[in-house]
Amino acid sequence: MSRQPYVRPLPKTSWYLANARYRRYMLREVTCLLVGVYCALLIWALAALSSGSPERWAAFLAAQQNTAMIVFHAAALVYYLVYMTFDWFKLAPKAMPVQLGENKLPGHFIIIGHYLAWVIVTLFVLWLAGVLT
Amino acid sequence: MTIARKSVVWGLFAAGGTISAFLFPVVIALFLLVALGYVPRGLEFDSLHAFASHWVGKSALFLVIFLSLWHAAHRLRVVFHDFGVRRDKAVANAVYLVAALGTFMTAFYLYRI
Repeated sequence: MSRQPYVRPLPKTSWYLANARYRRYMLREVTCLLVGVYCALLIWALAALSSGSPERWAAFLAAQQNTAMIVFHAAALVYYLVYMTFDWFKLAPKAMPVQLGENKLPGHFIIIGHYLAWVIVTLFVLWLAGVLT
Repeated sequence: MTIARKSVVWGLFAAGGTISAFLFPVVIALFLLVALGYVPRGLEFDSLHAFASHWVGKSALFLVIFLSLWHAAHRLRVVFHDFGVRRDKAVANAVYLVAALGTFMTAFYLYRI
């Protein structure tokens, strides 16, 4: 006669609701949907651009200009910063620890470095796009 | 073999995650500006077309979209599992296929510019 193994009940579709840490994990992981949405928007933009006609580009820009898009982008920007960008930076020292001889570079240096690089990259893209000047 | 393949998938995921963590906030902000009716000079047809015509601009756009797509695909595969979908093979095929299709479209449009 074999013993009955204990199987901990674990709801397959709602397990992450049980714990704040798991909820945070799920909120972070679903940011991949936003990455997908913006990749699709960029490909749509490239399609319009590659037609070579300024009219099609103007039509693409016009299609972006409505209240629903404003609300979506504004919400996406906040959500993305909190759960993708800042979370990614927070995890960076764990994903890419920097070894200095016997010791490791303290995590906050790596995190500060990421924020600095992010500010520079953001300013550079804004400059490229002609927002700054 | 499996380990070698896993490291490629993981490498693309990490590279794409880093690129999208750094760049997508400003991309979203630019879409927001356009939605609000402000089209900055660099997003007008002539300047953007010139940027995407140059090989540097072309390569940058391709790398950003390609790596971000693979990042999103790999993460979505895990998200499906976390939401209780246990048919990993089918999910993996579907998400990587969509990412490959997006990569192909990006390459095609950039080639045409």
